[in-house]
Amino acid sequence: MTRETQSTPAASTRVQRLGAGEVSVDIRTPDLEINFGPQHPATHGVMRILMRADGELVTGAQPHLGYLHRCAEKIGENVEWLQYLPYTDRYDYLASMNNNLGYSLAVEALLGVEIPRRATLIRIICAELNRIGSHLVAFGTYGLDIGAFTPFLYTFREREWMMALFEKICGARLTYSYIRIGGLFNDAPPGWFEEVSRFCDVFEQKWQEYVDLLLVNQIYVKRTANIGIISREMALDFGLTGTMVRGSGIDWDLRRDMPYMCYDEIWRSGAFKIPVARGEMGALGDCWDRSWVRVMEMIESIKIVRWCLDNMVEGPVIADIPKTLKVPLGEAYVGIENPRGELGHYVVSDGGKVSIRTRVRGPSFCNLAVLEDILPGSLVGDAIAIIGSTDIVVGETDR
Amino acid sequence: MNFFLEGIYQTVGEHLPMWLMMLIAAVTGIAVVLGMVSLIAMFSVWLERKVSGHIQCRYGPMYVGWHGWLQSIADGVKLLLKEDMIPRDADRALFMLAPGLVLAAILGAFAAYPLSPGIWFGDIDLGVFMIIAFSSMTTIGVVMAGWASNSKWTIYGSMREAAQVVAYEIPLGISLLVPVMVAGTFNLREASALQADWFGMKWFLFTNPFMLPAFVLFFIAALAETKRAPFDLPEAESELVAGFMTEYSGIRWSFFFMEEYAAMFLMSALGAVFFLGGFESPLTHFAGEFFGRDLVVVGAGGAKELNFAAIPYHLVAAVTLIAKCFFGVFLMMWLRWTLPRVRIDQVMTMGYKYLTPLSLLCVLGAALWEAGKHALFAS
Repeated sequence: MTRETQSTPAASTRVQRLGAGEVSVDIRTPDLEINFGPQHPATHGVMRILMRADGELVTGAQPHLGYLHRCAEKIGENVEWLQYLPYTDRYDYLASMNNNLGYSLAVEALLGVEIPRRATLIRIICAELNRIGSHLVAFGTYGLDIGAFTPFLYTFREREWMMALFEKICGARLTYSYIRIGGLFNDAPPGWFEEVSRFCDVFEQKWQEYVDLLLVNQIYVKRTANIGIISREMALDFGLTGTMVRGSGIDWDLRRDMPYMCYDEIWRSGAFKIPVARGEMGALGDCWDRSWVRVMEMIESIKIVRWCLDNMVEGPVIADIPKTLKVPLGEAYVGIENPRGELGHYVVSDGGKVSIRTRVRGPSFCNLAVLEDILPGSLVGDAIAIIGSTDIVVGETDR
Repeated sequence: MNFFLEGIYQTVGEHLPMWLMMLIAAVTGIAVVLGMVSLIAMFSVWLERKVSGHIQCRYGPMYVGWHGWLQSIADGVKLLLKEDMIPRDADRALFMLAPGLVLAAILGAFAAYPLSPGIWFGDIDLGVFMIIAFSSMTTIGVVMAGWASNSKWTIYGSMREAAQVVAYEIPLGISLLVPVMVAGTFNLREASALQADWFGMKWFLFTNPFMLPAFVLFFIAALAETKRAPFDLPEAESELVAGFMTEYSGIRWSFFFMEEYAAMFLMSALGAVFFLGGFESPLTHFAGEFFGRDLVVVGAGGAKELNFAAIPYHLVAAVTLIAKCFFGVFLMMWLRWTLPRVRIDQVMTMGYKYLTPLSLLCVLGAALWEAGKHALFAS
């Protein structure tokens, strides 16, 4: 049977009785509707995808969100500016530093305060280390989705060190609230920069391990190349950002193209490059390209951290801002390059102690939309690989 | 269990009828097989945890006993005490029957496994045949389990299992045909005895250039047959939750687990006997020279007598085979904790398009080689 005859309803219901016990073989059972999630090992949280499958072939997929909805934005309109900061930790819990940073930058844009140079540099170090940690989880769990268990534990070994570094600087391992409006919560402890430098050295060696063990593994390549292809046009149409859009071969990175803090200075000094997928193992924009971008970005982040360490200055780490913040009238939107893409914070102030509108543009949420288009036509095993390659954090899609 | 049968016959033979002795021997055999399978499964579970732990830069179980060696027993107790759950809409009869069938099939297959050159459960002339037939019977149990659970994920798992086993049964059998053809016997014990020359190193693997590819093919097919990574699609946990076992828990679930490890051991045993010399190794050879080989000797009066002096030789032989089997099991674990999983269409493609023709080529090549050898050296 060809696909065309299968899809016509008339053919699907035709059962011809021929004789006693004889039935002509033109029976087609309806597509299987599978609830992929909310509790499923490969949904990375509590996401539900309603999949329709014809045997192993996925014919339709519809993500259902909202299982982790915690009214984050509404809370932002009910608590003071500074009090909202810990809530930002919780939406993308793998990149809390970046979330803190995004919100702080948005409020600081309204405040118009000058952030001390040392604070900016430590902010960049933290954001980039957190990017490494987030990509480690993304890459490790992606291996897990594909069926390779071991690289996952290797990546967690390095992430553990990264979290220990954050623990030393702010006391928390996952939800930091370290980057504050106006600067930082406190200065780095003595010896911290040296340890970060050591981490960079070790990480570069370990990074090679991931590449050898998983990224160029033939089975891995066979599983991820040429599936879940997002073309350039599609990536632009869906407004994908971050690793997803660079995985489709579009050179777009907010750190360079809409610079914030002193990223433009780092970029101009040539310290880091922006890896853009070239479709090495298959079609441009497949799952392998996206994972390649993530792996390559880790090493670029290390370079940025090194640059900040080399150019570190002494000085205060927080601007002089009052305890009870009154933000001037106005609105601001600041988008930053989160590990997953553009994390935008839109805040509106009427000059009071509380925001009158807080809006978050979450990268996972926006990148998720593409799933509905790229899942149909893949196999069930591929569907897992595709969902994993979008690297969504459900805490952030639902907020 | 000829040795036991003979032993019973020697000691109380005069007082017992033949059928009773047969019954005793059979019961002993079943008990030994059951005990062996449980022990192998428990040891393998522990080994798997240790191997995976060390591969992943951690220790694995450490608290229950020395390096956690009692962990499997603790887990077994836990599994036994767990609530026996059957989903409401499941087919109760099939659901309960499936794990039993799976375990029974693998226990049956163990009947052909020789414990040592002189001790065996059943000296079956079609031993290879029997092991493969029984171990593919487990597929029926798996499909049954998947169907009876009445869940979409389990159906996926069991359908994958069925497709995969059908695809890989062929290269498995054909690649095993290469050493069987060279040996000229399906009997595991006899095949092992044929490799005793060169101080116990005349393994089939070294006697024919087509053996090595056949062994590799056999190993890949055995991985697929035993649902081990990278072919663990029937229970792919990131895709199908737990595949056909999704709805199982407690002791029924552990039956599937036991089956998996017993099947790994048996497949390794087939590989060990037909490629890696079976009981034979230099150690076995010298033990045989030193202690004598026959357990049952014909005494002065023409009556059969037990020769207990040969027992050390049989112990060495048994341990040699078990060590080789666990080497195979270890290889499977190593692969599992290193490689990602392949996709279902890649599994099928590999089985039908590559492994089957290649194994046929191996058979052809090995046959020609042997024929040539005979033509050149026989006359």
